[in-house]
Amino acid sequence: MSDHLTQNFFELFGLPERFQVDGEQLDRAYREIQAAVHPDRFVNAPEAERRVSMQQATHVNDGYRTLRNPVRRAAYLLRRHGVDPQFETDTAMPAAFLVEQMEWREAIEEASGSADARELDHLSARLAGELKRMYAEIGRQIDERGDFPGAAETVRKLMFLEKLGMEIGDAMEALED
Amino acid sequence: MALLQISEPGESTAPHQHRLAVGIDLGTTNSLVATVRNGVAVVLNDHEGHPLLPSVVCYSRGRVQVGCPAQAEQACDPKNTIVSVKRFMGRGIRDVAHIENCPYDFVDAPGMLKIRTTAGTKSPVEVSAEILKALRLRAEQALIGNSGMELVGAVVTVPAYFDDAQRQATKDAARLAGLNVLRLLNEPTAAAIAYGLDNAAEGVYAIYDLGGGTFDISILRLSRGVFEVMATNGNAALGGDDFDHRLYCWVVEKAGLSLLSPEDTSVLLIQAREAKELLSAHAETRITATLSTGQFIDLTVRQQEFWEMTRNLVAKTLAPTRKALRDAGLAVDEVKGVVMVGGATRMPHVQQAVGELFRQVPLNNLDPDKVVALGAAMQANVLAGNRPSGDEWLLLDVIPLSLGIETMGGLVEKILPRNSTIPVARAQEFTTFKDGQTAMSMHVVQGDRDLVADCRSLARFELRGIPPMAAGAARIRVTFQVDADGLLAVSAREASSGVESSVTVKPSYGLTDDQITQMLKDSYEHARDDVHARALREQQVEAERMIEASESALREDADLLCAEEIETIRAELATLRRLAAATDHRAIKQQVERVNRVTGPFATRRMDRSVKRALTGRNVASIGP
Repeated sequence: MSDHLTQNFFELFGLPERFQVDGEQLDRAYREIQAAVHPDRFVNAPEAERRVSMQQATHVNDGYRTLRNPVRRAAYLLRRHGVDPQFETDTAMPAAFLVEQMEWREAIEEASGSADARELDHLSARLAGELKRMYAEIGRQIDERGDFPGAAETVRKLMFLEKLGMEIGDAMEALED
Repeated sequence: MALLQISEPGESTAPHQHRLAVGIDLGTTNSLVATVRNGVAVVLNDHEGHPLLPSVVCYSRGRVQVGCPAQAEQACDPKNTIVSVKRFMGRGIRDVAHIENCPYDFVDAPGMLKIRTTAGTKSPVEVSAEILKALRLRAEQALIGNSGMELVGAVVTVPAYFDDAQRQATKDAARLAGLNVLRLLNEPTAAAIAYGLDNAAEGVYAIYDLGGGTFDISILRLSRGVFEVMATNGNAALGGDDFDHRLYCWVVEKAGLSLLSPEDTSVLLIQAREAKELLSAHAETRITATLSTGQFIDLTVRQQEFWEMTRNLVAKTLAPTRKALRDAGLAVDEVKGVVMVGGATRMPHVQQAVGELFRQVPLNNLDPDKVVALGAAMQANVLAGNRPSGDEWLLLDVIPLSLGIETMGGLVEKILPRNSTIPVARAQEFTTFKDGQTAMSMHVVQGDRDLVADCRSLARFELRGIPPMAAGAARIRVTFQVDADGLLAVSAREASSGVESSVTVKPSYGLTDDQITQMLKDSYEHARDDVHARALREQQVEAERMIEASESALREDADLLCAEEIETIRAELATLRRLAAATDHRAIKQQVERVNRVTGPFATRRMDRSVKRALTGRNVASIGP
């Protein structure tokens, strides 16, 4: 087994194991490693090398996808700390949060029902602000306080918000078609 | 290090030779072949100086004609003159729009239709192979002549929105044409390479590619030698042909025609295409034709009318464009430039609509017919190893459509989402739903809809020999792997028993390697070849490649191996060298496989080292003991 197929993704990209990552540093490391292992570099190589190259490039893509996205990155970190974010099973959320969710849904439905593209844009911008606040919160919980169960709850909330983002996107798409 | 001097006495390491490689744009309407000569990408013309080979194949009077001569037959022998065959690649009869207007005698076959001609029943793969063969011959005549060199391979382009079946069909056609496929490359990505390198472009670019029969939109980030596709979308059945068809329908309606013969339909479609082209530069044009009934058609069509009747076709390109932007997470004003590709983008109302959407004037400084072939040639040149290490660029492309598996109730469980960067793999666990169930059938589908019925079926296979267990107790891990050509392989494994099953997804029409070999043998061109000599030559080339690569690896990284390992590899290489000088192609093949096995761990260690180098920027060997 290759060294770096067994390395964790932070080691792979030479990054400190934290939730807050330097996106540019990640992008740079990703491109440098891909430039070394990508199958395009091994077109004329013997089959053994071509196979290894595909495995490695696949692994590097997986790592980049995991670390690039905040929800996946947080979940990955939590699992490494032995905390299962319990995405599938633990759906008990604070009542206040659920009420907020219902309000969001109503606002999206109303805007798409009245074909109000501007309102959808507005909701999308508001959601972006909300997401940013949550990323900062997870950063404090994981990187500063080591509060993994707390971070797991924030990650679950984040997943709800991402879903809202998709719904706003779908509503915009429906208006355009 | 004396240890690394492994060349035989009297043998010298050959200076790095330029390897001949070409880029091929296999288009719906026209095809091209290009190469890099003295560092510059050029399209190779035919004897008469024409760069474009019409993608037309005519089977009649006991011979196969390709290109202009075939096109000349279109009006008088439409049934045996196959145009726009790309629309049929990897497609069944039900999948093709306006098929009733095609003059062909179709045969529905599982997975992909076939066409009955005077020369027998032909699959679109065989028809495309004729076009590719003509381009291969053109390239060989232009590049090789009497030099004794060989074409090492070709990069063949496909629409980014082509699904797995269409890609596989294209690769099969290239192999059938005797080409070594270095890579299947997405057309908009090829265009981005050509544009990006010519203009030293940096930033986010959109490539809007409206060809004869396909539409692609790709959003790429270009930065310091990296071409990264952020999102792609499109319509694999929308192109310039549809604009011709609208105009044709308009003529039929205006002239009050009904029940046209295949010959008359061909004549009017050709007239419609010419009129469409003229309307890009003229305010109006005439369409005239004499039908087989003696009826004379004389109509004048104005540019505005044409734009009006095709407005919704243009609109059909804008919705995927918006989707691609959204998938890339970008606003319109973050796109630095929009590169127009494909002959159909010459239409002013297309330019205008794209300009309005992106709020900027589209970029037209490259020939929209040639840019894809030129980009493919540049990529072929890199893949063949003609650029010095460190001076290459890196291409990171994506899959256009999600890949998944059918679950209960005809629903799709997505395993790889669209726009995943390739190569990519992902596994998902499934379980049995009946007590004592010993087999599980898998249905692999591609598409972004939730229902299996709305997606494309790629393959079905079965995992057998699962030990009987209670329902839900088996753990079946299904792994999807997409390679750098965008082609899928699926494997399934039951965790507790280790029972395994895998398929390289070949659509049901898919040709096996043996079938392709057989077809090559049967083809007229190779009937004269000594099949054995060809097989021997292929294995010798493979052996040479293996010896060269392994020796170079030993020179660079022998310190990763212990003395015993080096000894083993050397001994196997010596055997290979001996066998390659003899004439038993099977023995060479077996030995190549042996060398592959013994060098496997070495390859892995070398790769790790190059990753470390990439990350630290220092030469690891230099700090070794």
